[in-house]
Amino acid sequence: MSDRAWAATRKGLFELRRQSSGWSIANVGFLGEPVSAVLPPTASGRMLAALNLGHFGVKVHASDDGGATWQEVATPAYPAQPAQASGPAWTLVQVWSLAAQGDTVWAGTLPGGLFRSDDRGASWQLDEALWHQPGRAEWFGGGYDVPGIHSIEPHPARPGEMIVAVSCGGVWATRDGGATWAPKCKGLRAAYMPPEQAENPNVQDPHRVVRCPSAPESLWMQHHNGIWRSTDGAETWQEVTFAPLSSFGFAVAVHPADPQTAWFVPGVADQQRVPVDGALAVNRTCDGGRSFETLRAGLPQSACYDLVYRHGLAVAPDGRQLLMGSTTGSLWASGNGGDTWSTVSNHLPPVHAVRFG
Amino acid sequence: MARIEFTPQLRRFTETPVVETGAATLREALEAAFAQNPRLRGYVLDDQAHLRANVVVFIDGRRSTDRVALADPLGPGSRVHVMQALSGG
Repeated sequence: MSDRAWAATRKGLFELRRQSSGWSIANVGFLGEPVSAVLPPTASGRMLAALNLGHFGVKVHASDDGGATWQEVATPAYPAQPAQASGPAWTLVQVWSLAAQGDTVWAGTLPGGLFRSDDRGASWQLDEALWHQPGRAEWFGGGYDVPGIHSIEPHPARPGEMIVAVSCGGVWATRDGGATWAPKCKGLRAAYMPPEQAENPNVQDPHRVVRCPSAPESLWMQHHNGIWRSTDGAETWQEVTFAPLSSFGFAVAVHPADPQTAWFVPGVADQQRVPVDGALAVNRTCDGGRSFETLRAGLPQSACYDLVYRHGLAVAPDGRQLLMGSTTGSLWASGNGGDTWSTVSNHLPPVHAVRFG
Repeated sequence: MARIEFTPQLRRFTETPVVETGAATLREALEAAFAQNPRLRGYVLDDQAHLRANVVVFIDGRRSTDRVALADPLGPGSRVHVMQALSGG
């Protein structure tokens, strides 16, 4: 669906509708509560919203009527922590990502657990194999104090195959429904580590990984240290060494029907996470990263300090509609693949995620 | 009987029964409340059944000290208040 979308924000879940006059806010749910992630309606019409209540912890709510009414369902829970376990506490900090294939739902969480639900959120099972793989001992926080799974990309045609990405803990793939996992970081490079650790898969910080639905072997990554692309299902990654303005950023979106086309939102650098020269821009490649266009029309071009975080950029199934929300509460829309943008709001709470559907 | 009450802030999420209980410790008293509303458990305790970081419990006006075992003793007339610890913005 390209005429409905959702913005999960620091203080509520906003339903967005597109009419001939453009995008506008149609409804708000959970007003005042932090909504860390949203899953638009799945095949059966169920949608999920993950709350991160400041005092009372993470909660998951479900709706079967497109967000009109909600009821609380089960919250993913970590098992009892063994006394000798090292690393972060086995306590759910946040649901950072939600993904679905059919009516199977996955939740990527801080501190690094992947949970699966086969009953539409009534219960959740921790992927024990990923949680217990030895490399997790080297994971560390990226954006938060503890590591977290922000990208969940099931293969659209091959059940049981999935790629997840972790800040900071690299990219992982399973071919057997989560029974076994292997790191998929060949070609990545972490400049924030000592040289002998730079290629260690367990310390990579992929800020966001997205998979092209029509060409599932094609993936794009905005990494802490640049932009990478894979055309072999994450077996190898090739760095895109030239992007205008900066190759630092958090968000990436890929065209649903064209794996050569992807969008990025550059920031100055990791030590200065604001638009270059106070002017917001989107970088788009249409040739697999060989060249980029910098798109600015309709975006603020002076004194702009908006940051678009990992889940703040989304493209609709039509490949034309784009939404982009910032951590300072601005929301922009494009109906022509980013050529021009219009402001939906400059007054939202900080935007955690935007999604069509 | 000890009496345990929950902050009204919780009522927008779930029912908060006022429970009279013969419990001898804080954890036993909380379990008596969770027996009446199982959903309440996840709002007060974390995955490891420890008191949530931003929840605070007062027993007869004094802040509880054991956030892990919740073994603070209760007297027969104790008044227990489960509150949110002010934080955030």
